[in-house]
Amino acid sequence: MAARVIVVTSGKGGVGKTTTVANLGTGLALRQKKVVMIDTDIGLRNLDLLMGMENRICFDLINVVENECRSYRQALIKDKRVENLYLLPASQIKNKDALKAEQMIKLVEQLKEEFDYILIDSPAGIESGFENAVAPATEAIVVTNPEVPAVRDADRIIGLLQAKKIYEPMLVLNRLRSDMVKKRDMLDVDDINDILAIKLLGVVPEDEQIIVATNKGEPVVFNQQSKAGEAFRNIVRRLEGEAVPFMSFNTEPGVFGRFWKMLHGK
Amino acid sequence: MKLFREDPSSKSQAVERLRLVLIHDRAKVSIGLLELLRNEIINAISKYVEIDEKQMEIELNSTEEKAELVANIPVLKVRRAIDH
Ligand SMILES: Nc1ncnc2c1ncn2[C@@H]1O[C@H](COP(=O)(O)OP(=O)(O)OP(=O)(O)O)[C@@H](O)[C@H]1O
Ligand SMILES: [Mg+2]
Repeated sequence: MAARVIVVTSGKGGVGKTTTVANLGTGLALRQKKVVMIDTDIGLRNLDLLMGMENRICFDLINVVENECRSYRQALIKDKRVENLYLLPASQIKNKDALKAEQMIKLVEQLKEEFDYILIDSPAGIESGFENAVAPATEAIVVTNPEVPAVRDADRIIGLLQAKKIYEPMLVLNRLRSDMVKKRDMLDVDDINDILAIKLLGVVPEDEQIIVATNKGEPVVFNQQSKAGEAFRNIVRRLEGEAVPFMSFNTEPGVFGRFWKMLHGK
Repeated sequence: MKLFREDPSSKSQAVERLRLVLIHDRAKVSIGLLELLRNEIINAISKYVEIDEKQMEIELNSTEEKAELVANIPVLKVRRAIDH
């Protein structure tokens, strides 16, 4: 099977790119895929923290592309919980221009020989960091939140990706709150589908277990009780080509909900 | 703040605001969308009337409720219609 090279990007900052990469990477590896996650957020690395790998970094992405270590293998950090899961961490240097698109393309060319999935965590924005992250990718996941600025930026990013010949980016809608959707105080899945009109890969609810997961350095996909964990497991299956029905975020209360309301006269 | 007749929810305001802002974002971003449109309009109209291409203006305007395409096309001559 040919390697899939997927960039995870958003335009707007803080919408859940890094969370998505950590969970999809872990989820894919749990399904016996060989996965490498590349953090391209130079100067603001975070993926190592979400994976609980921050104390094991010796070399980073810049060391690799500048040939400051023997091979990329020296920089890869292997996950201790799941087989076949690796992280290539970003550098903490301040010079964001240290990385070039051609270097990323060359590196990913090598990684393709060895891995099934190469997931690239993009920094926020549309400048060189974004360009570097997208350059080697053939597929893209756009992460957004159900809020006006995040959706606008997602639309812009979709345009930029299409200009780079990634014509069918996939959408992850993160941090949906069904209580607010019910009150019609939040954009719902249909609204966002209508506006952005790209393939929906999944919807991840707002879930405090994500914060607990970050505290522990253990992605929420491991958590069988968490709704967000379930959402990420479903996204992994869809990425793998399974037709998984979407979790319901009904705006109408179900039969039980209506009965409850009747009893309480609301 | 504008009152929405049918649906005063904040979500419907979000949808409406996004709809308008994206019309503009997309028109600006796609290189020469208005330029392409302008050329096609010239082609279509020129079959019937002779127009002053240099003075022609085409713009995307918007208010709080709607976006509209405004074209100002000075006509120099109307071509003779062929009666059937
Ligand atoms: N579904 C969710 N429920 C609750 N909190 C979430 C959810 N998704 C993300 N978060 C929180 O939102 C914050 C931002 O997430 P994350 O770092 O993944 O975003 P990012 O897009 O990578 O940000 P940046 O643009 O800075 O790289 C984190 O504190 C994370 O814990
Ligand atoms: Mg991030």
